[in-house]
Amino acid sequence: MYGFGNPGRQDDGLGPMIIDKLETENIAGITTDSNYQLNIEDADNISGSDIVIFVDASIDADEPFSFKRIEPSAEITFTTHSMSPESVIALCGDIYGRVPESYVLAIRGYEWEMFEGLTEKAMKNFNEAYRFLLEKIDDMLKQ
Amino acid sequence: MGRKITIEPVTRVEGHGKVTIQLDDSGNVSQSRLHIVEFRGFEKFIQGRPYWEAPVLVQRLCGICPVSHHLAAAKALDVIVGAGTGDGLTPVGEKMRRLMHYGQMFQSHALHFFHLASPDLLFGADGDPAIRNVIGVALEHKDLAVQGVMMRKFGQEIIRATAGKKIHGTGAIPGGINKNLSVEERDEFLKGAGPLNIDKMIEWSQAALDFFKGYHAQNKDYIDNFSVFPSSHLSLVRKDGAMDLYHGVIRCIDADGNRLLDDIDYQDYHKHIGEEVKNWSYMKFPYLRKIGMEKGWYTVGPLSRCNTADFIPTPLAQKELELFKAYTNGKPNHMSMHMHWARLIELLHSAEVIKELLNDPDLQKDNLVVKGTKQKEGVGLIEAPRGTLFHHYRINDLDQVEMANLIVSTTNNNEPMNRGVNYVAKANFTGQKEITEGMMNRVEMVIRAYDPCLSCATHALGKMPMEITLLDSNGDILDQSRK
Repeated sequence: MYGFGNPGRQDDGLGPMIIDKLETENIAGITTDSNYQLNIEDADNISGSDIVIFVDASIDADEPFSFKRIEPSAEITFTTHSMSPESVIALCGDIYGRVPESYVLAIRGYEWEMFEGLTEKAMKNFNEAYRFLLEKIDDMLKQ
Repeated sequence: MGRKITIEPVTRVEGHGKVTIQLDDSGNVSQSRLHIVEFRGFEKFIQGRPYWEAPVLVQRLCGICPVSHHLAAAKALDVIVGAGTGDGLTPVGEKMRRLMHYGQMFQSHALHFFHLASPDLLFGADGDPAIRNVIGVALEHKDLAVQGVMMRKFGQEIIRATAGKKIHGTGAIPGGINKNLSVEERDEFLKGAGPLNIDKMIEWSQAALDFFKGYHAQNKDYIDNFSVFPSSHLSLVRKDGAMDLYHGVIRCIDADGNRLLDDIDYQDYHKHIGEEVKNWSYMKFPYLRKIGMEKGWYTVGPLSRCNTADFIPTPLAQKELELFKAYTNGKPNHMSMHMHWARLIELLHSAEVIKELLNDPDLQKDNLVVKGTKQKEGVGLIEAPRGTLFHHYRINDLDQVEMANLIVSTTNNNEPMNRGVNYVAKANFTGQKEITEGMMNRVEMVIRAYDPCLSCATHALGKMPMEITLLDSNGDILDQSRK
């Protein structure tokens, strides 16, 4: 479970906040990580996992969130210093010869100014996304 | 009809940047500018917060170089809590901070070279953009990609061990540090299994340098003449003139190597450095007060540090610095693409310093913090990966921050980056009727050489669209695309 974003930029903190809350559940069989952004070393960090779920805020995802499987993609967004989940798993495949089954949980956010704390609407989306995620993890662990 | 060509945003650097190139009716470059499009507001944001929060709060500024801000803020607050500057901390306090800082330098420089610079060097400025990225590097030069990933990971683990955690580390506190390095942690870095040990990092750093030197030898004219313009160079140096990326005195040399500022206590930086605001950018333009706004600009970063330092106090990097300085017969080096060379010398130096520190038993001592008589104001300077970073705070009687002034490394390089863009634009766009992706990439390559950080603190999916606007000489939009 990998959440990324900046908690100092309002709803950009959705990803790390999901991870912070998940860590309190102490669920066996999962590992968690969070950072401001994805980067090249994350290809190594995920290389030993069977399944990876990336969690991030999104400016245009469906409300309250979207959940989709992703495939490796060599297409780099305009800045490759901060990598997309698709390019991280592509790099993992290139270097380690395997690609974990990967998903993105994109939670709709609304404001991105330099403040700590989620907006009210983002908080509602957070709660719904979190409930969904717990159920999804339970299903995946049972398989 | 003149054309304005806009490159927005700049790929493979941090954050938002927009490049505008104005062509006149004859197709000559009449003007070029690097616009910074995001307003920070951090200096206002931190006002009213308790001063001791600053070293953690400032990490919100940037997810790529939070450690630099963390340490610069801590150094400023060392003065405020009465611990003095530099030599005022306990040996374990200073050396743990140094280990954190050199770990940051190591991973940042490794990332820049392998992820940002190597695709251009390996595939060329005109290479297919679909593979001119780190994925392409991994496909065709797998060893290089593996090394880049492992070197980043090693540096990040050093940061985790010294700062307490990977992000929002709390390792540095006013007056010292809140943890030392355990013997187990030390041995992991000294003798770790596989490639994650310091000797392998030194070996790979030397290999990266040899790679660049080999590339340079085969592409000398291209690298040397890609962008060249005279500049002053500023950095911290140790009092004896050695390269020191954590602490020192301010030195600035002019384009010929004469010292404009020397042995300056950075608590007095504001007496020597002013900041100009221009109406077409949110970024400030620092300048030397004794020279004035127009000509007082300077460059910071790896190239400048290799220019200002008399020597490097680690043996392998010192040998490389001697070769570097000999290339320009001891005169300052003004070739923009030589920043990659200088950056790799610092990569090697950082690895050597890390090894020295890991072998220092002071890191296991327990006297972590020093306090003295509280002051109202303090300045912290540090050499961040991208260049000299200034943090300046003043507090009120309630121990709240009432003034904060930050000059981040990239701000110091605002004018040099603009000059680099202008040089490359003139060399590649003048008289051209067709604008190719390779030509635009060349403009971005000169910006990337400075490894700028353009306020990339938001990474929400879909938050960073790319927009290119082409304007005619009247400012009317000829074409616009967005993705």
